[in-house]
Amino acid sequence: MSEFLQLLISGLTVGAVYALVALGFTLIYNASDVINFAQGDFVMIGGMGTVFLMAAGLSLPIAALIAVLGAVIVGLLLHRLAIEPARGASPVTLIMITIGASIFIRGAAQIVFDKQFHTLPAFSGADPINIAGAAILPQSLWVLAGAIILFVALYLFLTRTLTGKALIATAANRLAARLVGINVRVMLGLAFGLSAAMGALAGILVAPITLTRYDIGLIFALKGFAAAMVGGMGSPQGALVGGLLIGILEAFGAGYISSAYKDAVAFLAILLVLFVMPRGLFGSKSVERV
Amino acid sequence: MTFTSTRRAILGTVAAAALLAAGAAPAAAADPIKIGSVVSATGSTAFLGDPEAKTLKLVAEQINAKGGILGRPIELILYDDGGDANKARTFATRLVEDDGVVAMVGGTSTGATMAMIPVFEDAEIPFISLAGAIEIIDPVNPFVFKTPHTDKTACMKIFEDMKARGLTKIGMISGTDGFGKSMRNQCMNVIGDYGIEVLVDESYGPTDADMTPQLNKIKNTEGVQAVVNPGFGQGPAIVTRNYAQLGLTVPLYQSHGVASKSFIELAGKAAEGVRLPAPALLIADKLADDDKQKPVVSAYKQAYETATGQPVSTFGGYAYDGLSLLAAAIEKAGSDDPAAIRDAIEATNGYVGVTGIYTMSAEDHLGLGTESFHLLRIENGDWVPEAAAK
Repeated sequence: MSEFLQLLISGLTVGAVYALVALGFTLIYNASDVINFAQGDFVMIGGMGTVFLMAAGLSLPIAALIAVLGAVIVGLLLHRLAIEPARGASPVTLIMITIGASIFIRGAAQIVFDKQFHTLPAFSGADPINIAGAAILPQSLWVLAGAIILFVALYLFLTRTLTGKALIATAANRLAARLVGINVRVMLGLAFGLSAAMGALAGILVAPITLTRYDIGLIFALKGFAAAMVGGMGSPQGALVGGLLIGILEAFGAGYISSAYKDAVAFLAILLVLFVMPRGLFGSKSVERV
Repeated sequence: MTFTSTRRAILGTVAAAALLAAGAAPAAAADPIKIGSVVSATGSTAFLGDPEAKTLKLVAEQINAKGGILGRPIELILYDDGGDANKARTFATRLVEDDGVVAMVGGTSTGATMAMIPVFEDAEIPFISLAGAIEIIDPVNPFVFKTPHTDKTACMKIFEDMKARGLTKIGMISGTDGFGKSMRNQCMNVIGDYGIEVLVDESYGPTDADMTPQLNKIKNTEGVQAVVNPGFGQGPAIVTRNYAQLGLTVPLYQSHGVASKSFIELAGKAAEGVRLPAPALLIADKLADDDKQKPVVSAYKQAYETATGQPVSTFGGYAYDGLSLLAAAIEKAGSDDPAAIRDAIEATNGYVGVTGIYTMSAEDHLGLGTESFHLLRIENGDWVPEAAAK
């Protein structure tokens, strides 16, 4: 039982980060049809930015805030300089643009930051809490709580505010949205800024556990993309469930079967889901535009 | 791209010409001994190759400042392969065919070294590699030597310590990267000699963010008395953190792949009590005064840190040993004939280097045993040599 709980928490912690990255994919995909492979690099900017700002003498909350703002600026620039000029290009072209942007961000991060691994101090101590025989880091609770708060906040923003509803309208039908007076360009920028902020926050929350480096974004982008695919590209609930599912499958695969097949377990799950439900667990026609 | 400074070459020529004009120097003094090198000063393995390149230049300057070898200056012809084994091979060919070198020190990675070996073997020019894997010198190639200890030696050092402490049943958790895999296999090859048994054998990917599932399995395996983690990069730091998180109390052994200060920083408090084999350079200031390596290690550390403003790394130490050992061999051979140099390198006996004390033979082209490693324990965020492990 204690082993089960240990693996579950371990899987949920990593899964929550995958889910946040997947949610970033979803937001941008819905608003603009772009699958943004630079999504993982926002995670890196959040973590690395905070590390370096703290090294410069700032306190954790201030450093984190500035790092998130930095990521948002990078997100907006990505939209403005790379995605918007290519408006009307095919999805494959847009994917290639984001992959190029990701390589560029990683290269720039090597110069702005450095090539070493870094870590952040745990927010509230590093002494594990014992819950029913399982040792859980306080930081894991931070990650889980942070992910839940971000999801709820995003949900409330999208359903309760006028701006949020405008974003949903843009996602549903760009032309119709423009006809009712929504500034579509601003909405697309908003989607990029929001996903960047979420990725960066995920990166800050998880850096004390997983460490961070200029190229850490690549693996998060891959796993987050997998989570979004499993959940159904375009579905926020799908992103959440997909991320947690992949995290848990990885942990159980490594704990109960063999660590040699850890990555295979996750990708097997994707294949299975895509064979049985090609749109993913939560994918439906309603998010698809024709 | 070459690092040979043309300006320095011109200056040297001008100076030599001036001396000749004054009739003060014999013509031979202007005729340098050409030594080649190819390292990965840029690219993904730059953290290995960059200190190597800087060290090689430093050593060459030191030798020339002392009047060179056999009364002749050495000319270091240094190329950067950017971490690409194909480029390394091209540069190797250039060194042999165009530059006419008499010996070679270099090869940052095992891949680059293996790609270059045939070139030097065909040309019958001695090649001292700076890469880790045991296949470079096993089986022995008459013209190939190397200075870094092998992962097999590290395993042996760890098992010696375990045996001395009566630990016979262990768990393994290794990275699936090249270093982790190779060291795990080497450990498995020699473990039988020490009567130690592996009860559980786990692995993790080089980019994994969480190793608690694997460590949980080790924790739940009855009878594990110690855990060994062959690995490199951030993986071992996360393993160490998760190890403490799960409350595992049996000794944790890391490899020489984590022998740098950044490991202690990354693993934090969890690093306390971790044991690992490491070269003398890591504890230069803590070596006993009668330690034979102390003067060499301290001199290199000081010279490197003054010249570059960066802390020394064990990788630069391998380059220091490579070029110094070669210089000593040329001196002893009394000529710059490649065959004579080769024989002199093979006859190296008790040469005190930064990495260890080298004694080579026709069967052993590395010449380092487990005594070249110090077993260290991490205490209060610093390395402490384990006296009992001697």
